[in-house]
Amino acid sequence: MSEHLYKYLRTDVFPTPFCAGCGHGILMGAILRAIDELKLDFNKMVFVSGIGCGAWIPSPHFATDTLHTLHGRPVAYATGVKLFNPDLKVVVISGDGDLAAIGGNHLIHAARRNIEMTVICANNSIYGMTGGQVSPTTPKDAKTMTTSKGNPEEPFDLCKLTHACGARYVARYTVYHVKPLINSIKKALTTNGFSFIDVVSPCPTQFGRRNKLPNLFEMLTDIKNQSVRYETAKQSKKEELIGKIVIGEYSD
Amino acid sequence: MQGNIACAEGALTAGCRYYAGYPITPSSEIMEHLSNRLPEINGVFMQMEDEIASICSMIGASWAGAKAMTATSGPGFSLMLEGLGYAVMTETPCVIVNVQRAGPATGQATRPGQGDIMQARWGAHGDYRIIALSPWSVQEMYDLTIECFNLAEHYRVPVIFLADEVVGHLKESFIIKPEIEIFDRDKTISDKLFGTVTEDGIPPMPIFGQGAKLLITGSTHNEFGIRKVADPIIQDKLVKRLCNKIDNHKKEICQTESYFTEDAEYLFVSFGISARSSYAVVKQLRNEGIKAGLLRLKTIWPFDEDTLKSIAEKCKVIFVPEMNRGQIVLEVQRILCNKKVVSIPKTRGEAIYPSEIYDECKKYLK
Repeated sequence: MSEHLYKYLRTDVFPTPFCAGCGHGILMGAILRAIDELKLDFNKMVFVSGIGCGAWIPSPHFATDTLHTLHGRPVAYATGVKLFNPDLKVVVISGDGDLAAIGGNHLIHAARRNIEMTVICANNSIYGMTGGQVSPTTPKDAKTMTTSKGNPEEPFDLCKLTHACGARYVARYTVYHVKPLINSIKKALTTNGFSFIDVVSPCPTQFGRRNKLPNLFEMLTDIKNQSVRYETAKQSKKEELIGKIVIGEYSD
Repeated sequence: MQGNIACAEGALTAGCRYYAGYPITPSSEIMEHLSNRLPEINGVFMQMEDEIASICSMIGASWAGAKAMTATSGPGFSLMLEGLGYAVMTETPCVIVNVQRAGPATGQATRPGQGDIMQARWGAHGDYRIIALSPWSVQEMYDLTIECFNLAEHYRVPVIFLADEVVGHLKESFIIKPEIEIFDRDKTISDKLFGTVTEDGIPPMPIFGQGAKLLITGSTHNEFGIRKVADPIIQDKLVKRLCNKIDNHKKEICQTESYFTEDAEYLFVSFGISARSSYAVVKQLRNEGIKAGLLRLKTIWPFDEDTLKSIAEKCKVIFVPEMNRGQIVLEVQRILCNKKVVSIPKTRGEAIYPSEIYDECKKYLK
């Protein structure tokens, strides 16, 4: 990571625990670049995360207040922090299993209440830390440790979900689309209300190697090829969007 | 005033400025009252989507600097246990009121019980200690709620207030003392947020936004808060201190009350509303010339072993009336293993009556 961002990091805890090819380091950089460009007071930011690989992006790396909580509960913790001290800028960074499965109820209610916080879902479509089990965002037919014959379930579209619940700002980008991702994080961090970004991030170790995408290059290429802009997707037929990653800002 | 309302008012007196909860009988009056009172004094009231979210948001608010509380009953308390364990591990001061009802499961929502005594002590996974108090009057719904906050702030530990439906819905007048001691946590910025020189110490607790760069995790961590999930020495040191900081301060924490115990041959050990019925029985027996006494536990956990041992030393029989199938009696039997200890349980979803205790203990009086 660029050294001008080191001031935001606890460099004494390096190296990061992320596997080779993990996209979460790119996401970490994108978040810090957005904060740096906005010149936010880092000491007045609180980063809340749950359990899983995504939750390790802020904790212990970010050199400010971090709250590494229970599995699925970071949005509930963040609600308490923000309501008691509205002067703090509260950001939740956690994974798809954490926010969409065990924590789904907290996510939709925080969006409904429009509590001012930014929730960033580090979405690698898999339970990485526990060894690669199917998650609520795993694509249909994908192979995982608990779906060896292919995932029989449809994945959650977390952007549609949070948008429908009343979130003020909703977007999806991938770690391939770094520039628009940074801009999106900047918009989320300056949103007056609940903001949500679904960030598609590759996990070659637990997802890719079981789905014919065994390294970062192949995973990123696949993410790039499957991505469709939100405006284009709006004009597309439902069948054309199967397996696609719809990127952009969600609006009515 | 009703017990639940007195509890809510006691919380405000103690400095509670954040409440998060989920509706559940027989505790809901606490949240209803605070939903009006907290906004009047710049506090925050939040009705969350469930009890898990309630305790988690309370812990978040506590780190943001709030004296924070939630209230519930058995089914909700079961859901809160994962948050309870997190509060223990992260040494977060907070107060959990459990207005107990008859269980298990949904049980009898409007009927009293005292079945959550052991759950409060052992319910979350892993090895730990908590503090739990139990009130027997509306006066104590007020006074002991304040005490819960003081203990939570002092020892950086979740404190459980084990009330029951009878005390929660009881209406009595009570006295607000002119001088009430209020304890506020030490917010000194220290890099050692989770460690002390001694093996039973309580570190200071800075809050979010102070610039302390707080690193808080429910995973095993060293004194700086850094995760150490495979280090045997750090795991051992942390768990020992979490236990020692309560165990080694029992004398300062534990509160009991003794009635007619100086010359007692027959001792009643009880708590909460069961102690109130026991007190009536003790007075009746004294009128009959029988040397009966009562040891009432205001602090349930940690258990005051030393006081029980010294009072029970000369007693012939010890009776333990409680509204469950016998929970505190297990602790009493363990401590007084060479004494005759008799359980007087009741699980009919109603208060244990003095007549029931009287009839049962009469079988053992000579």
